[in-house]
Amino acid sequence: MATATAPASKDQSQAELHRRMLRQMLLIRRFEEKAAEAYALGKIGGFCHLYIGQEAVAVGSLNALRDDDYVICSYREHGQALVRGIPATAVMAELFGKATGCSRGKGGSMHLFDAGKRFMGGHGIVGGHIPLAAGLGFAIKYRDGDQLCLCYFGEAAVNIGAFHEALNMASVWKLPVIFCCENNRYGMGTAFERVAAVTDVVEHACSYDLAAELVNGMDALAVYEATTRAVDRARKGGHPTLLEVRTYRFMGHSMSDPLHGVYRTKEEVEEQRQRDPITQMAHKLIGDGVLDQAGVDALDAEVRAEVEAAVQFADQSPDPEPGALLTDVLAE
Amino acid sequence: MPVLTYRDALNQALREEMQRDADVFLMGEEVGVYQGAYKVSRGLLEEFGPKRVVDTPIAELGFAGIGVGAAMAGLRPVVEFMTWNFALLALDQIINSAAKMLYMSGGQLKMPIVFRGPNGAALQLGSQHSQAWESWLAHMPGLKVVAPATPADAKGLLKAAIRDDNPVIVLEGEMLYNTKGEVPEGEHVVPIGRAEVKRAGSDVTLICHSKTVTVALKAAEQLQEQNVSAEVLDLRSLRPMDEPAILESIAKTNRAVVVEEGWPHCGVGAQVVDIIQRDAFDQLDAPVQRVTQADAPMPYNKHLERAAKASPEKVVAAARRVLYLD
Repeated sequence: MATATAPASKDQSQAELHRRMLRQMLLIRRFEEKAAEAYALGKIGGFCHLYIGQEAVAVGSLNALRDDDYVICSYREHGQALVRGIPATAVMAELFGKATGCSRGKGGSMHLFDAGKRFMGGHGIVGGHIPLAAGLGFAIKYRDGDQLCLCYFGEAAVNIGAFHEALNMASVWKLPVIFCCENNRYGMGTAFERVAAVTDVVEHACSYDLAAELVNGMDALAVYEATTRAVDRARKGGHPTLLEVRTYRFMGHSMSDPLHGVYRTKEEVEEQRQRDPITQMAHKLIGDGVLDQAGVDALDAEVRAEVEAAVQFADQSPDPEPGALLTDVLAE
Repeated sequence: MPVLTYRDALNQALREEMQRDADVFLMGEEVGVYQGAYKVSRGLLEEFGPKRVVDTPIAELGFAGIGVGAAMAGLRPVVEFMTWNFALLALDQIINSAAKMLYMSGGQLKMPIVFRGPNGAALQLGSQHSQAWESWLAHMPGLKVVAPATPADAKGLLKAAIRDDNPVIVLEGEMLYNTKGEVPEGEHVVPIGRAEVKRAGSDVTLICHSKTVTVALKAAEQLQEQNVSAEVLDLRSLRPMDEPAILESIAKTNRAVVVEEGWPHCGVGAQVVDIIQRDAFDQLDAPVQRVTQADAPMPYNKHLERAAKASPEKVVAAARRVLYLD
């Protein structure tokens, strides 16, 4: 009897994980749709980079982590922030620039932080945060910890010197870092193959003796499994990994960039939309008998309500006090 | 009191702070096996081991960023640049990451990191190795910037910098490493943001920092021979800047010359002059004069180089101008 219940329990926890992942992907999608609306209404200012289309990457990888691991991101990080457990209210309030935001209204879309959740920021200079990830890994090793740091960046960051310097030192010093390249094929409006001599990002791992894996970024479970392998390597021997996760953004680079612009065709975007990671995940759950369509719809309704509440919270929250302008410049 | 070189005073500060706090570590090019390009880190690898004295590749941007990341996790890195000229490659991390981390995280992430190394011209190193960066760095909110002139201040300010929860830039004088002076043993911490009168006087204030303190002191001696009593005020800290100390001295002398190694345009002296014109306008008996590097890249030729640099003679001439002696 014992042998019979173990697999059932494993199946159950797997089902729970998959259901949670679908919910997280739906949460990101609905959150970003609302953010686009709020941006159009002038509630959100500045630069705002949406994650629609790339949900499987954040969801698949972050579910492989522990709470005491570090996460650090580029400026397209709303999705990671939500999956890491920063409440949608605090993320939306930050986009609205409110005092209740996760960075108290001083960061904005590109600079979401939650030190308690070891979410070490969105960073706005392409590739500039990759050495910071190595530094977080350095601190873990310095303290003989078994945590790791997961670092997200786009494929355009691979052309930056900071990427190469950080990978080299992470490998020389055996730092527990996972470098997760979200290859969505375009750095703003420039197709990667137009500006990169080596277009398979994973190949860069050879230069620095890193473990590497090429991953289908439209499949959350594939991302989860690849990240889990990288996590094992990092925890056991501090061996860093470069993951190239092939994904696609369905929206423009930022809110000022139209859906497909002049640098990619409408047909290409439409074709990619057929690979929608959320649809794929929902089909899997229905196929596995974890959820039926009504169950998927119920999850969707649940996250829509959560996002709606986040918008209301953000809207009704106060701006930072005028005095906040000059606080936090220096620590006391 | 023991007499130490500026180099050994810095070494003592590093050693004492690393003994005091296990979270303090040193990283940079040649800091370990080579014992430091300028021997500031001599003996530290042997005492603290390779975990805490970390030799890096020549990759300023990368290792500065690794320092910032380690500080985000609560360690207290001391990042050595072989010279601040090379640190230019790391400015993205110093300015976009370190100086803004606390602010853009809404106060969540402190940044207890020190960036240090030699700054300013030495002798005939040419244009790329002979630059003074303080006005660039002191421009940035979120940073503190110190520039010690004496061995005692070098020790005391580096210890203060390491204990500070903010990113602190320590500008060492490449030509000062061999200079000697009395250095208090043990717990000697100089508060960041306090200037010091290095020589008292009553006729004119020579405001200076780092290597130009030596220049100003020599000028003050020459002025003394001309019956002019010059006060030498060493700023020591460029951000925050000790405005009360500047104003107090001006109230006494009513005249000032600002001396610095950097170029004139938007230099440190321009900031000092702004403070004086704004808050001591009625006490001034003459427009403030500035002595800076010539407004050109540093030449290699030694005669041209000498002509480019601030010198006691130039300071004396400027002091005589504000005293209407010429």
